[in-house]
Amino acid sequence: MAPAAEFPVSQTAPEPLLPRVVCVHRRRRDAPRVWTLELQTAGEPQPPFAAGQFNMLTAFGVGEVPISFSGDPAAPQRLVHTVRAVGAVSEALVRLEAGAPLGVRGPYGKGWPLEAADGRDVLLVAGGLGLAPLRPALYQLLAQRERHGRITLLYGTRSPRDILFRRELAAWGTRGDLALEVTVDHATTPWQGHVGVVTALIAHARFDPQRTLALLCGPEIMMRFTAEALCAAGVAPEAIHLSMERSMKCGVGTCGHCQFGGFLLCRDGPVLPYALLRAPLRVREL
Amino acid sequence: MSRQTQCAHVIDLEGLQQLLDALRERGYRTLGPTVRDGAIAYEDIASVEELPRGWTDEQSPGAYRLRPSDTDTVFGFAVGPQSWKRPLFPSHQILWRAGVAGGKVQLDSEPHIDAPLALIGVRACELSALAIQDRVWLGGAAPDAEYRARRADAFIVAVNCAHAGGNCFCVSMHTGPEVTSGYDLALTELGTEGEPTFLVTCATEAGAAVLETLTRRAARDDEIAAAQAVVAHTAASMGRAMPETDWVSRLLVSPEHPRWNALADRCLACGNCTMVCPTCFCTNLEDTSDLSGLQVTRTRRWDSCFSVDFAYVHGGSVRPSIRARYRQWITHKLATWPQQFGTSGCVGCGRCISWCPVGIDLTEEVAALCAETPD
Ligand SMILES: Cc1cc2nc3c(=O)[nH]c(=O)nc-3n(C[C@H](O)[C@H](O)[C@H](O)COP(=O)(O)OP(=O)(O)OC[C@H]3O[C@@H](n4cnc5c(N)ncnc54)[C@H](O)[C@@H]3O)c2cc1C
Ligand code: SF4
Ligand code: SF4
Ligand code: FES
Repeated sequence: MAPAAEFPVSQTAPEPLLPRVVCVHRRRRDAPRVWTLELQTAGEPQPPFAAGQFNMLTAFGVGEVPISFSGDPAAPQRLVHTVRAVGAVSEALVRLEAGAPLGVRGPYGKGWPLEAADGRDVLLVAGGLGLAPLRPALYQLLAQRERHGRITLLYGTRSPRDILFRRELAAWGTRGDLALEVTVDHATTPWQGHVGVVTALIAHARFDPQRTLALLCGPEIMMRFTAEALCAAGVAPEAIHLSMERSMKCGVGTCGHCQFGGFLLCRDGPVLPYALLRAPLRVREL
Repeated sequence: MSRQTQCAHVIDLEGLQQLLDALRERGYRTLGPTVRDGAIAYEDIASVEELPRGWTDEQSPGAYRLRPSDTDTVFGFAVGPQSWKRPLFPSHQILWRAGVAGGKVQLDSEPHIDAPLALIGVRACELSALAIQDRVWLGGAAPDAEYRARRADAFIVAVNCAHAGGNCFCVSMHTGPEVTSGYDLALTELGTEGEPTFLVTCATEAGAAVLETLTRRAARDDEIAAAQAVVAHTAASMGRAMPETDWVSRLLVSPEHPRWNALADRCLACGNCTMVCPTCFCTNLEDTSDLSGLQVTRTRRWDSCFSVDFAYVHGGSVRPSIRARYRQWITHKLATWPQQFGTSGCVGCGRCISWCPVGIDLTEEVAALCAETPD
């Protein structure tokens, strides 16, 4: 007997796990081991995406991994992903040269709640590669600059060499309507900026805690400390949003790998409010 | 029971054979219970001779033994190590193949169209498990096409349990032993003496159409009452029970319960429990390529949250300890599954208890985790 009527059996959706084949248009090295890939989509229209969502990228013959969008949501035809080579698949992805094919499926997950940013101060806190998934949010916020209060980007990374999107950061730094602070863990080259963890920058940032929306992306430990610091500064846990990372194999809520407590992060996240994450983040090895 | 009793009929073994024949003539691949390697397995069957007539099982934590029964019944056993998840959601499945040549990729995702399946001897808990898997594979934003095709085409012959296994606890999970929905035809084996006879009821037009072709007679009132007594007796002889507490909320607030440490000392992280569980759905997607690298295949395989690699992110596993992995399994199955899929992930079939090599009893552990929770 067929399944219950609530699960229609006749509908013919395309196989959800089948990638679209695209190829690399341009590849740019952003930092040691980090490359930004701009993909060419052979004229096929690409689905719109929201800032904070991700795609599953396939390096054919190697494997498939979740990678956030790092381009502008207003231009979904320009597929941009920033990848750090940390293992087999990400290594293979950053080695793809112009013209090389790769697989893409998505967009998946829930992104940054930018609809809640109207009329509020927005504080973006990025750690390391966490700047890439936040960049689409920044594009969108700046495109409608007049709708928001103060916008602040706090960015912490390992060393001056690891700073991503330098030219863009420089341009943003000269804008009068965006406060930008960058800090590094270790200053190797002559470095005039901050040295230390990104949480230390919160004291420098000007925002009204009662009406601030905070977007955090980076290593889990960095996000936890930042979220706690923001709570201490008076920002409500409901207004602080974290992009969570776990193993992801399917992206569509059926492989079980991305579970974090009761969440299937590919489906319920990856972006979730700290109000829901605070308790599970305290449990070790959850 | 009114709808079912309306079409209640009685068939004998010859009628059961006719049922198999009728389904096969209609193009179904008929799968049913048979004895294989000392256990009940669900295999291709063409004849009632292949059914486990005269066999029953003894199950206790860490133990499963098939033995000749004192009676001549055909369905006088409880669930074995296999479940219907295997035919409906195979343990490995090719999602696509790709030919890679000259900078071009040709993707091929021919769906595998198999013969429609007829599942013979599906128990009440197993029907519940199917309904749970439906939610996982069909209830989300990206329904699985192959599962949908197999499920849509399946013909289900259910069986009301006449024997509760030593590890069964369907009554406390409200999933059995009586089949109530989700089947085409349902059988209840009547009596334990002489030639087996079965009360048959139907729940669908497809079921009624097949039933019409069998040698049968209308059921008498005493036979209908006898069939009801069979499930009532089974319900009264459950091997175990879940504690009568709100284990969903207790488990959600007990991630640091000391009982997890005791469990971790026993559990071998072998993953048997996840393999035999009829609702466990976790999978891995694996890519392989031939030596030339020109032919690439992506395969979906059953995975287990007990493997260290399961929660691997670059740098290591998120759940390196067995304690964390066992906690993930039980907490998911019983407490977070409802949040994810609107239903419990456990149907009380007891397989994980029988097939755990160290005999960990889910019901006992849940009772302990709920009883001693420190505040
Ligand atoms: C929502 C989301 C967004 C992300 N966005 C980005 C992004 O924008 N940019 C970016 O660079 N990264 C991003 N990541 C992280 C990125 O997905 C990982 O870095 C990537 O999966 C690493 O894969 P890998 O094969 O290169 O490395 P590995 O860490 O070696 O492998 C990852 C996978 O391969 C398997 N594997 C490999 N080795 C082992 C082993 N020894 N034992 C067990 N399993 C193994 C595992 O299944 C594992 O999941 C994101 C992650 C998530 C969840
Ligand atoms: S958890 Fe155990 S008892 Fe529950 S459905 Fe799975 S195998 Fe059966
Ligand atoms: S609970 Fe038992 S069956 Fe499950 S992984 Fe542990 S030892 Fe294996
Ligand atoms: S990535 Fe498969 S369930 Fe989330």
